[in-house]
Amino acid sequence: MIAPAARPIAATPSFTASRNACKVCAPLGACLAFRGIEGAVPFLHGSQGCSTYIRRYMISHFKEPIDIACSNFSEETTVFGGRENLRIGLENVIRQYAPQVIGIATTCLAETIGEDVAFHLREIRAAHTGPLPEIIHVSTPSYVGTHAEGFHAAIRAIAGAFAQEGPRHEAVNLLPGIVSPADLRYLKSIMRDFGIEPIVLSDYSDTLDGPTWSEYQRIPKGGTPVESLRRMGSARATIEFGCTHHAPCGEMRRHAERDEHVAETAGALLQERFGVPHHSLPLPIGVTQTDRFFELLENHTGRPTPAAHEEQRGRLIDAYVDAHKYVFGKRAVVYGEQDFVVGLASFLAEIGITPVLCGSGAKTGRLQERILAIEPEMNGDITVLEGVDFAEMEERAVALRPDLVVGNSKGFSLSRSLDVPLIRVGFPIHDRVDGPRLLHVGYAGAQQLFDRIANTLIERTQESSPVGYSYM
Amino acid sequence: MIEILDERKKQIHEKGAAPFDMACGKPSLAGAVSQRACVFCGSRVVLYPIADAVHLVHGPIGCAAYTWDIRGSLSSGPELHRMSFCTDLQEKDVIFGGAKKLYKALIELIDHYQPKAAFIYSTCIVGVIGDDVEAVCRKVSTEKGIPVLPVHSEGFKGTKKDGYRAACEALGTLVGTGPTAGIGKHSINILGDFNLAGETWMIRNYYERIGVEVVATITGDGRIDDIRRAHGASLNVVQCAGSMVHLAKTMEEKYGIPYRRVSYFGIEDMAKSLYDVAEFFGDDEIVGRSRELVRNEVAAIMPELRRYREALEGRRAAVYTGGAFKAFSLVRSLRTLGMKTVLVGSQTGNQEDYQLLRDLCDEGTILVDDTNPLELSRFVQEKQVDLFIGGVKERPIAFKLGIGFCDHNHERKEALAGFEGMVNFAREVYCSVKSPVWKLVPRKRGTEP
Repeated sequence: MIAPAARPIAATPSFTASRNACKVCAPLGACLAFRGIEGAVPFLHGSQGCSTYIRRYMISHFKEPIDIACSNFSEETTVFGGRENLRIGLENVIRQYAPQVIGIATTCLAETIGEDVAFHLREIRAAHTGPLPEIIHVSTPSYVGTHAEGFHAAIRAIAGAFAQEGPRHEAVNLLPGIVSPADLRYLKSIMRDFGIEPIVLSDYSDTLDGPTWSEYQRIPKGGTPVESLRRMGSARATIEFGCTHHAPCGEMRRHAERDEHVAETAGALLQERFGVPHHSLPLPIGVTQTDRFFELLENHTGRPTPAAHEEQRGRLIDAYVDAHKYVFGKRAVVYGEQDFVVGLASFLAEIGITPVLCGSGAKTGRLQERILAIEPEMNGDITVLEGVDFAEMEERAVALRPDLVVGNSKGFSLSRSLDVPLIRVGFPIHDRVDGPRLLHVGYAGAQQLFDRIANTLIERTQESSPVGYSYM
Repeated sequence: MIEILDERKKQIHEKGAAPFDMACGKPSLAGAVSQRACVFCGSRVVLYPIADAVHLVHGPIGCAAYTWDIRGSLSSGPELHRMSFCTDLQEKDVIFGGAKKLYKALIELIDHYQPKAAFIYSTCIVGVIGDDVEAVCRKVSTEKGIPVLPVHSEGFKGTKKDGYRAACEALGTLVGTGPTAGIGKHSINILGDFNLAGETWMIRNYYERIGVEVVATITGDGRIDDIRRAHGASLNVVQCAGSMVHLAKTMEEKYGIPYRRVSYFGIEDMAKSLYDVAEFFGDDEIVGRSRELVRNEVAAIMPELRRYREALEGRRAAVYTGGAFKAFSLVRSLRTLGMKTVLVGSQTGNQEDYQLLRDLCDEGTILVDDTNPLELSRFVQEKQVDLFIGGVKERPIAFKLGIGFCDHNHERKEALAGFEGMVNFAREVYCSVKSPVWKLVPRKRGTEP
């Protein structure tokens, strides 16, 4: 199949309003990051609605209890400031949940009235008698960036708050970005198979995908312990996935505006502050990017890839071979967080599917460059849209004649109106039961993605065939 | 054992234990992890089903993104309500003001989508940055010749109830602006049903079958032109009284239209909703037809309901709803199925609601106002609940403890109102309680579902 004609790459929104946003707000990302610390309760400094909406949105994906506390701003709070509500809120969370960590994220309201959470916390700590849990905070105004920026800002804040100097040890920091609980479990097992102890920030693999309980747990088990987070500063290396480096959010951005140097990511911060070697890789989706991850692990440990993983890779390539005809030349619309889109685009390209439209609600200015850095030959075949919404993607996609859509469940209306199948990946999956269990990364993740895509395309052909063949 | 915060103790009551004095209608306690949302949420859910209007959320992206296609409110025509429009305010808008962006956004949306009206929802920061939303609305309304209505729904300015009120006020400015010619005297508006899974259509059909004309459905399957002529109806029937009674009262004052509170959930309440309207009109034929309708519908569903009742007799339920009015109906419906409500509460009930609820419930039932996940988890364990009825945020509490759950909130796809709805409800309760999976969960391993 011959590649289609090159298309102009432009992002000129014809509407001032966002129409069906392809993003949610920064505080959600921060809450997700905090949920991966052991014994942590996320806390939003702002109105009650924010925590409830974010809980609802996350519960519908993870299908787990997600308690997010809030300082419940009233009109009075908005006029006189939020310190008292913050204090009362923290005390009540401590009494009810006995948390080891409280992670505070600000909302747009708190940021707009100029709340200085660091200052409030100093006063609250000074006035408090008795022990307090660890209280960390991140600035996440929802008028800057997206949930991805909020997530990365929180990850950076957590690393900045906890990592300490110490005697070097053999553990390796893993900063995976926004992936599924199943992805997290798998990434940890890969590293352990290489004999590496991973310190994962953030590890919500158990807290957001756990078993049913005999008794209600105030804070679900799991997450990376604070003790491990402290050891991040003396780890042997950091592996950080993601290459679009989401724009700095809130406080970080203000530093940047004053031309003060800020480490762009948690991995960069750990390198600058503690000299932990920093390895930045694209999210390992598909064979090509996963190979880079395994190469790094081989180089780091001086050990070959364990046989089980080699065999898994072998089966994956074999599956690609067996089914290449069913996927080659197909055209896909791909959207989501930018790092995720880069990973998916790389995977699709290696199986012969052109990601004709790559969209993200975020704006880093780097998405197109990063995709083409991985797949230069796609230049001219793909349209990359940053800061885009679903309505605009739909309008653009019509002319691109896609065969499938790959992304979270919010693209269902898009896939329905284009009358092409939706392969559900990423976050959120609000219309299926297996969001937290979906595997995207590594050889096993590529196997699942490939099988789902090939089967979906075959099923489409089979079901629309008047003959109804029962073989391929 | 989960400890109850001192400040929350007056919002929890066990029937029979002490004199009844429920503290309610209070702002949620900071850090208590309330299940409530905010003012914006109240406005958004009430106006959401109006299908031929642009709903534009003025603020940063979160509020719009979290309420995109949020309810199962069906439309028989346009589906503009399922789009999520937002001014998506950025840092520079917060600094320099968002009014210009709002104006531009509105003009483009109206030109492209040709709506019958537009609702502009203010979110938290709009009040703080001082955008003159009303002025923009007036200007656009004049230029485009359609109603452009500001909804004062800044999240922090009260509770969800204040959001209901803000929505009703926006609706109140629409009512009375359309022609009423041709509306008969046996006519009603259906207020406070949101057409989840087509429920408004079922209810409308019942009323039409007994000979009552329905002028406007507000807001389920709602249309701007119908709402504009709603003042031509003789009576308002108001369900979900918390959200819409303000509009009914406004219409009573302004147009002298009386209202009746109703509920369409459960056999008793559904029948009463028809009888009350029939009685209001005092027309023998309507009364006769309503009796006949109830008789036929009940006869049609009873055999199936009896089968479910046999299987469910004696089971224990927890109910937590947004408004208290729905809780009354659920307690009665559960009783129809032989089930006992042992824990019941709401986000926004008032003193009178809780008094009624207390009278309705059995001794030992726990009543809660504006509760939270930890309190709920404690009481469902203590009371050995077999079924929890609530919304998305309550679902994982039940499931983690191996307890059946029924969604009775905006997102459901199953019609639970009316007579057919009662059968659906019974079937869903049955499937939730009797699933064999409960035999496998740690809390109940080996017990019979």
